Amino acid sequence: MKTRLLPLLVVAAVFVLCLWAVQPSVSLNATPTEAVYVDAELPTVITQVDDYFEELWRRQELRPAQPADELLLLRRLALSLMGTVPSLEEIRQFEIDDQPDRIERWTQRYLNDPRFADYFAERLARCFVGVDGGQFIVFRRDRFVSWLSDQLEADTPYDQIVRQMISSKGLWTGEPQTNFITSAVANEDLDENKLAARSVRAFLGQSMDCAQCHDHPFDSNWKQGHFEGVAAQFGQVQQGGLGVFDSPEKKYEVQDLAALDEVDEEPENIPMREVDPAVPFGKDWIPVEGTTREKFAHWMTHPENRRFERAIANRIWGLMFGRSFITPVDDMPDPSDEADRDVLDMLGQDFRKHNYDLKRMIMTISSSKPFRLKSVAEPNNDSLADVSYEEMVSMLDESWGLFPMTRLRPEQIIGAMLQASSIRTIDQNSHLLTRFRRFTNERDFVNEYGDLGDQELVEQSGTIPQALLRMNSNMTRGAVESNFFSACGRISNMSTTNEEALEAAYFVCLTRKPTPEEREHFLGLLGDHTDNRRNPIIEDIFWTLFNSPEFSWNH
Amino acid sequence: MKTEVTRRNALKTAAGLGLSFLVPALGAKAAQERGPKRQKSLIVLWMAGGPSQLETWDPHAGSETGGEVGAIDTRIKGLQIADMYPQMAEQIDNLNVVRSLLSKEGDHERGTYFVKTGYRPDPVFKHPAVSAIVSHQQPVKGLEIPAHVSLGGGQWPARGGYFGASYDAFRVFDPGRQINNMRPLVGEERQDRRLASLDIVTQAFARGRRIQTENTLHQLTVQRALKMMSSEQLKALELDDESQAIKAAYGDNRFGRGCLVARRLIETGVRAVEVTLNGWDTHASNHGGHQTQAQILDPAFATLTAELKERDLLDSTVVLCIGEFGRTPAINPVGGRDHWPKWFSCVVGGGGLTAGKVIGETDPLGKKDAVDPIEVKDLYATVLQTLGVDYAEEFITPIGRPIAFSDGTPIERLMA
Repeated sequence: MKTRLLPLLVVAAVFVLCLWAVQPSVSLNATPTEAVYVDAELPTVITQVDDYFEELWRRQELRPAQPADELLLLRRLALSLMGTVPSLEEIRQFEIDDQPDRIERWTQRYLNDPRFADYFAERLARCFVGVDGGQFIVFRRDRFVSWLSDQLEADTPYDQIVRQMISSKGLWTGEPQTNFITSAVANEDLDENKLAARSVRAFLGQSMDCAQCHDHPFDSNWKQGHFEGVAAQFGQVQQGGLGVFDSPEKKYEVQDLAALDEVDEEPENIPMREVDPAVPFGKDWIPVEGTTREKFAHWMTHPENRRFERAIANRIWGLMFGRSFITPVDDMPDPSDEADRDVLDMLGQDFRKHNYDLKRMIMTISSSKPFRLKSVAEPNNDSLADVSYEEMVSMLDESWGLFPMTRLRPEQIIGAMLQASSIRTIDQNSHLLTRFRRFTNERDFVNEYGDLGDQELVEQSGTIPQALLRMNSNMTRGAVESNFFSACGRISNMSTTNEEALEAAYFVCLTRKPTPEEREHFLGLLGDHTDNRRNPIIEDIFWTLFNSPEFSWNH
Repeated sequence: MKTEVTRRNALKTAAGLGLSFLVPALGAKAAQERGPKRQKSLIVLWMAGGPSQLETWDPHAGSETGGEVGAIDTRIKGLQIADMYPQMAEQIDNLNVVRSLLSKEGDHERGTYFVKTGYRPDPVFKHPAVSAIVSHQQPVKGLEIPAHVSLGGGQWPARGGYFGASYDAFRVFDPGRQINNMRPLVGEERQDRRLASLDIVTQAFARGRRIQTENTLHQLTVQRALKMMSSEQLKALELDDESQAIKAAYGDNRFGRGCLVARRLIETGVRAVEVTLNGWDTHASNHGGHQTQAQILDPAFATLTAELKERDLLDSTVVLCIGEFGRTPAINPVGGRDHWPKWFSCVVGGGGLTAGKVIGETDPLGKKDAVDPIEVKDLYATVLQTLGVDYAEEFITPIGRPIAFSDGTPIERLMA
């Protein structure tokens, strides 16, 4: 008997030891200690941006929405920067934080949280390499995303990040930025057209995909010839056992369709035509030295390339608001005259002047007036008396006079749901099992909820399977279940009054207190149960809040 | 700076979602209609992983590329198929065989996209699967359950593409066994209480945001989901009233049950159903792998065809059995066959198409091009045309680029 038990005991002991070993090693600080962003010029650009909108609203005689509550700002920040809602732990800390510049300090705290680097890296990776698995072996998307996350955490300037992606050599495992190139490998071949189209979309915010076959219908700057020239920038890339490298002697050739006599020519009979690398504008930005790709990377990130800074400003604006300043995010018109600068130019110039600092741009956008407005529209003001309420809301919406309501991404929904089912912050300090649960749940949920793919920032309404998933799935059952570990169970067991329990549930799910009507309704349901009998009612409250529009829409 | 979800768009989407629950449930007449008068439907049997044409519909028994497969005669004169398909040999004359399909994509993900949509992956927008086109172009009145359903899992189910996520196939992973998320988590009384509370929380949020909240369509979507949860039509997803004999004939496995559920869905008025059978990617031990697959596919496919015929549903239902590509004529050192996007096979018929035709002929040595090559886009132009969808109609995609549902040409020989 003893001999049989011994191995089991050893296994059990090792298991317990492991659990102990992987538990969080540090406890969270009670209050954020980060100093507020010290930079004399930051207020200047924020004022510029604010003035731009003030002027816009004044011209249209619009009265923008009221400033939003700071707790709501915290929710927006957590959702856009980390893909989750604030935890009860964070909310409590935030509530007792009475030092000045509370929101600014918390924005910085979130920006320095590894969750930011991970979440933003995934968001940006979608426009850089898409979401497809790509070609097995030569494309390692996971390595690319973790490389990007490291760059964000290390505050690598954005222009450097882009140059590395375009021009690096080496293996997709050891030099993960080269996956930008190998993401375009399909059926064993590198698709230069795909890289050309993607570079222009991701880094310049413009779409020249139509120019692959014909001139751009709306935009005079992108002709078919330009497309070939940009594709030729990748014409010397080769990939093999040594990874990605350049062969200077390699020629880039395309099928010369113009030389065709007959329409029905067999593909192998079409004559080939050599194409030299070319750019559609800013030819003198190209340096003399370097490989074709290095030169192209410098052209792309050249300080005079307004499109480059405007494109990333538009995208970051979109990730913060859920809607880009110009939509679609990757089909922006050519920049207008220098004299007619818009918000993207203001953000872009400041970005360039400050070493392409992404976090600084996020600070600027999150400090701007539009980000800090409510999503609630007041009734019409006198000067707009003859405009219907609907029209006024739509005018406010278009001029950023109220915070736009956008559907949360699947990752944000599941992130919020998992966070809301726990009292403590789920982050790198969480227990390994909690993180594992988060990882697997997130993957399954995103898959089932419907991944938006690389179509970031395309607005859509929800679907029926999503509603069913939120209402009836095992995932929801797990999140609303009242047990020893769940927020639901702990709130139910630890709150002395029903009032307290209700408020905690609202904080955890919606980051706010209940309205008087909601309070009355739910306190009525809770009645005078303060023991176990209130567990199912608290579960019902969690279920209700998870299924409310407020939970799945940013507002 | 313009918002996409405007009120007008919202209304358009609402119409697109099919506010059909506002009208009476599908009339007994429409669902019970048979023959050519009946609304048409599509069933795609999706062979995920890429089945070998040589061990299914295009064997070259005894030749250099034939491997261990044997060939048997079928009800189509002169047509032999792999000996692993004795039941299909009896049914195949109700359908047609194409043995010279051409794809351009040899990777699973890209190949699946190509063969499900008829287009190569595009970096700017996504094309809808042909099943999504059918359900988008021909909305079904009175249908309370989704008009586009994917049964049995699979890594890349049929998507709505540029029509939007509302046209993605509704997925049921284990058909006949569970109904995905269709049952409330709690009893009726508690559910009612939850829904009543939801109303109050929704109203609180809508205060001052009436228009924006309406534009989200959140409530409408929830209402429609609730309607679905209580719909009688959900019975189509259950197998309780099917006899043991029928269930056994289809095969008591995920795919077999999927085919039976597909027949029930079609009968209820669902427009397009995809049933996935995984496991065809036989890079090693190809012959053994295909034998296992055939034991699942043969009875399910044959029983489905026979039942559709018996119930007079075949003339109104296109059945298409296809995977993302075929497999190499050459057998690799571990007895496997690798990806082969050229000259592969599919079986297609019903829905007003002709029957008993065999198109294309491959080289037994796998060296020469196939006779009579057929492009995937032509196959879909054919399928859409027989289903009454104008395949050449140009849809304006969200990026403003017009694109035809299929840029192929119908295959005349398959049209009845």
